[in-house]
Amino acid sequence: MSKMELRLAGSGGQGVILATVILAEAAVIAGKYTAQSQSYGPEARGGSAKAEVIISDDPIGFTKVQKPSFLMALTQDSLNKYGKNLPEGCIVVVDDSIEHIPDMPGCKVLTLPILSTAREKVGRAQTANIVAVGAINDLLHLVDHEHLREAVLSRIPKGTEELNMKALEMGMALNASV
Amino acid sequence: MPKRVLMQGNEACVEGAIAAGMRFFAGYPITPSTEIAEVSAVRLPQVGGHFVQMEDEIASIACAIGASTAGAKAMTATSGPGFSLKQENLGYACLTEIPLVVVDVQRSGPSTGLPTSPSQGDVMMSRWGTHGDHPIIVISPSSVKETYELAIRCFNLAEKYRQPVIFLMDEIVGHLREGIEIPENVETVDRPTVEHPTAKLAAYHVEPGQLVPAMAPFGHGQRYNISGLFSNEKGFPTNSNELTEEKMQRIMHKISDNYDDIVQVEETGLEDAEVAVFCYGGTTRAAITAVEEARAKGIKAGIFRPVTIWPFAERELDAVCKKVKKIVVAEHNYGQLLHEVERVAQGRCKISFIGKVNGTVITPDEILAKIEEE
Repeated sequence: MSKMELRLAGSGGQGVILATVILAEAAVIAGKYTAQSQSYGPEARGGSAKAEVIISDDPIGFTKVQKPSFLMALTQDSLNKYGKNLPEGCIVVVDDSIEHIPDMPGCKVLTLPILSTAREKVGRAQTANIVAVGAINDLLHLVDHEHLREAVLSRIPKGTEELNMKALEMGMALNASV
Repeated sequence: MPKRVLMQGNEACVEGAIAAGMRFFAGYPITPSTEIAEVSAVRLPQVGGHFVQMEDEIASIACAIGASTAGAKAMTATSGPGFSLKQENLGYACLTEIPLVVVDVQRSGPSTGLPTSPSQGDVMMSRWGTHGDHPIIVISPSSVKETYELAIRCFNLAEKYRQPVIFLMDEIVGHLREGIEIPENVETVDRPTVEHPTAKLAAYHVEPGQLVPAMAPFGHGQRYNISGLFSNEKGFPTNSNELTEEKMQRIMHKISDNYDDIVQVEETGLEDAEVAVFCYGGTTRAAITAVEEARAKGIKAGIFRPVTIWPFAERELDAVCKKVKKIVVAEHNYGQLLHEVERVAQGRCKISFIGKVNGTVITPDEILAKIEEE
């Protein structure tokens, strides 16, 4: 891996921004260069949220994702909005609750039960972003699992360690592969 | 070994400010600067400082000026709409020579504009926003690391020159997270103070060889007047044209005579360049990638970046204008520093412009297209 450009999209409040912050944190712990940013409307919940993280072995110039190597969409709206004009070879993960998957030529599309795993197997819908982080790292081999665990622990509220570690493990256990 | 951490630009601004000695922050939250207030509220009490959320932006800068007068290194932070409101008191601090750092994390405007979108539309306001001729120092960072370092520099210059310094950030860098190494030691500057303050000292008396009057903190023995009117050396209003002339000359010259100390630029790949990209702040990141791509195509391109926005880096830019064929000015506005570049270039090289005012960022491809344009 020399440079990966990741874009995560969902509905405001699903935690896609925190998911990219955790991946960026893990990249820093792993000694890599990273640039994380986000865009969102003025509302705190609802609406669509987009967050990006670039992880690279070399210093990063432009800090925004131009040609995503990876896209994750957790809602139909966010997939409709960001699933366009993707470059050849882009890996796309869509939540299995999304009913209509548009044609994304040249992309490797993968359906994963992110939201239902959080809700049913972890037992807390709010952990979907941590499930996502586990699945993404397992799929893309961005950093060592140990670095990712450290990053998750540094960014979650005290008292939720056990729950979030379970979510992370459940994310990895989805055995995502392309 | 310095510790490497992931930090947001706005957070780095606060950490740098605290490392520089900031112990007072007053503000009124506004996107995209809000994290500066949030992090200050958490961090200042941890280092024995104070955070106050005021009722509005006008009161916030007034509060910070008051704290600085009492001897604390003080800062306030805002975005465009709040920066407009702060202008009157900014001028007050310029004339009364109160050290102060004012952060403006620019967003799309005018008015309330696009709160979460990037812009560099306040460049001219940072120079001329407050009425009347006045000295100003404006500095703009292009990375999280630099935000930390330049926040320190803002305080050091504010203290040394008894001068409000504007830290002109933008949404691109303010909301960006990157890994940075926090240095264990930083160099800090403190304002010249009065060793034995007594009521009889003239607060605005400047000793020969002194850059600025020594400043006794309010409440420590020296009673003096501070006025937004032109004043005599005791700080009381005067109609004297001679004293007005003297004061204006001194506060303007304390900045212009120290150009070399204040003005910083970053030049990248300009040694053999035929095309220079002129950029600053967050826009620099697109320029770095564009110039790398241009070089890969065999085009001799480089970057000229003023780190200090005001005073304008005309001496350094003049040297660039002598050797390049073209300057591509890239800024997130309708063309503000463009006019300064044209003024310095005086037709010696071609100037092309890329500005963006729709809330999206200028991309490397857009800059590259301008570099390649005949």
